Amino acid sequence: MTAMSPPETPPPDLTAAPQPAPQRIRLRAVSADEVLPLLGAAAGAIALVWVLFERVLPFSGALGFWACCYGVFVILYAAVTAMQYGRRAVTDRLAAVAAASAGLFALAVIAEQIGYITFRGWPAVRHLNFWTQTMQATGQLQPLTSGGVVHAMVGSLEQLGIATLLAVPLGILAAVFLAEVGGLLAHPVRVIVTAMTALPEIVAGLFIYATVILGFGTRQDGLAAALALTVMMLPIVTRASEMMLRMVPNSLREASYALGASQWRTVWNVVLPTARSGLTTVSVLGMARVVGETAPLLLTAGLTNFLNANPFHGPQTGMPLLIWAFIRISPSANFIERGFGAGLVLLLMVLILFTAARMLGGKAPGELTRRQRRRIARDARI
Amino acid sequence: MSKMADDAAVRPGPAGPPEDRPRTITTRISRADLVFRTVVRLAALLVLGITALIAAFLIDRASGTLHAVGWRFLTNFQWLTNGHHLGVGALLPDTIFIALIALIFAVPIALAAAIFISEYAPYRLRRPLIALIDLMAAIPSILYGIWGFFWLMPRFIGTQRWISDHLGFIPFLKVPGAFEPGNFEDSTFLAGVVVSLMIIPIIASISREVFSQAPQGEREAAYALGSTRWGMIRTVVLPYGRGGVIGAVMLGFGRAMGETIVVSLIISAVFTIVTHPLQSGGNSIAALIAQSYAESTPGTISALIAAGLVLFIVTLIVNAIAATIIARSRSGLQTAD
Repeated sequence: MTAMSPPETPPPDLTAAPQPAPQRIRLRAVSADEVLPLLGAAAGAIALVWVLFERVLPFSGALGFWACCYGVFVILYAAVTAMQYGRRAVTDRLAAVAAASAGLFALAVIAEQIGYITFRGWPAVRHLNFWTQTMQATGQLQPLTSGGVVHAMVGSLEQLGIATLLAVPLGILAAVFLAEVGGLLAHPVRVIVTAMTALPEIVAGLFIYATVILGFGTRQDGLAAALALTVMMLPIVTRASEMMLRMVPNSLREASYALGASQWRTVWNVVLPTARSGLTTVSVLGMARVVGETAPLLLTAGLTNFLNANPFHGPQTGMPLLIWAFIRISPSANFIERGFGAGLVLLLMVLILFTAARMLGGKAPGELTRRQRRRIARDARI
Repeated sequence: MSKMADDAAVRPGPAGPPEDRPRTITTRISRADLVFRTVVRLAALLVLGITALIAAFLIDRASGTLHAVGWRFLTNFQWLTNGHHLGVGALLPDTIFIALIALIFAVPIALAAAIFISEYAPYRLRRPLIALIDLMAAIPSILYGIWGFFWLMPRFIGTQRWISDHLGFIPFLKVPGAFEPGNFEDSTFLAGVVVSLMIIPIIASISREVFSQAPQGEREAAYALGSTRWGMIRTVVLPYGRGGVIGAVMLGFGRAMGETIVVSLIISAVFTIVTHPLQSGGNSIAALIAQSYAESTPGTISALIAAGLVLFIVTLIVNAIAATIIARSRSGLQTAD
């Protein structure tokens, strides 16, 4: 490495004319040159399209208005940039606009979904009975003050619980195999697991139907639905857990081995605790993903209007299946309202799980919370 | 090696070996380790076994129909269960067609969003944005379905009519017959658009992960040569992520083919190959199973399972190819052994 020593630089020529003091260049500053063309193009686009839409052309509609605005904005922005800079700058700025609008579009889709379901679901959800009753005694034409979805909430939670108990330990064990042990078996397992993450939901339901219900001759019940959810959840948990285990620094494993620990001790005392927060996040995200699956329940859970707390006997409706039934089977407007209400409840369940996942972890291995850091600092002082 | 040889020359031990020979390292695996390895290996085998079981049971249950119909199951258009005049001849192309329409909308948006998150977004916003893309994937499909059915469908008729009127010179975009709202509802096109919203997060999150792994040194090299940001993305990030992106798109394709609830909510079933995507009517294998499962008897369920088996095989092949491409690509090497 000694050959790479820095070349001798000549001493600065102090007799030369004094240069102006170099200005500090702020890399992240936003200059007026970047902002003004954007604002100008946007204002120009809205004004131009308004004139065209309202005064000249026989078009109408809010969607078409904003679509035209966007198109005109892109053209104007490109023209303004082309007046100042060359072709490369135009391409660069258009690419930035395209990327940013795609990001905004994705955000808009999420906001639109949540907003729409909340708006349409509110009339049903605001009645207390929606949270405390079942559909047992509610007919087609009963108003929204009668009947509720508590039976489906219980069913969904129990099915999700069983699926989590089955899928999370097995998925993490398989991930430990992929990340820590490996071998000839690892490659086929990884390919199959990745392929299974996109397994069609309906096939998971069909599989449990063919195996458990037709094979063992049981009836549709909560357990069958939970098994179908397990089949969906297992590959998600396995794949994501492997990613988390791979993020554990190798130096930690080597340190453990150097202290004489066996592989089993290393995994149990070093790798898994380091990745704990990530593994928790992965598991809860997996739960959030499967709790809304409708198609597996369609063939396995069975539809009922009664509260059935026993997952091992008799049909047990889940939340998504109930929405499907409300929307699909019933022609009455009240049932569609109830369907949206149930959709809002399901969305809340997903959001709660999702927020829990983010609060429980979402940190890279080794990244500590403030409390953990404080405790370590306190221990170090003593 | 040379340093060790020097040391040996300086301090020649009385009984030192004449030359250095690499020691073979042998580890005696303790019993606890053996148990540990066996347990995790069994878990991995179980995951493989479940997939194999899915295939085996589906084949077993479908065999009744497959024996009776034979290879014509892949080419028959109709679905008449009582005379065994049934097959996926129209269903499979329609399934693929919906998925392709979904890809046309999802791929550009998903890739641009992935580039935005990994390259353009301020550093502090990146993590919340990634979380939001995850949330988009976690929104239940039935909610997308009822949104598409109750909100988008009435508003989309005008757009579809506009396309049919103004772009109708392209043959397959024309809707035959006079304008009636009923002619435009429940179209393959609308189903594809709603499904595209569901596969955007899948494609975007895998692509983003791959893009963000593009080596910092090559990015800086591109900037040092005077590249603009887009120039850097085009010459460094996109080529680096190509394999991962192809894999992500194929995974999205597999997911779109298997999408059940959205398609069966929106589309009204017909048993012909759809040639005019804007016209009402269409079908997919998953939607067929969801819609006709309720009125099937134990005898006719075999036909549905046979259709599901076809769907399972097609998606498994597509996904396995995608997974292999992701693993083989330059960016996927870090996760492969």
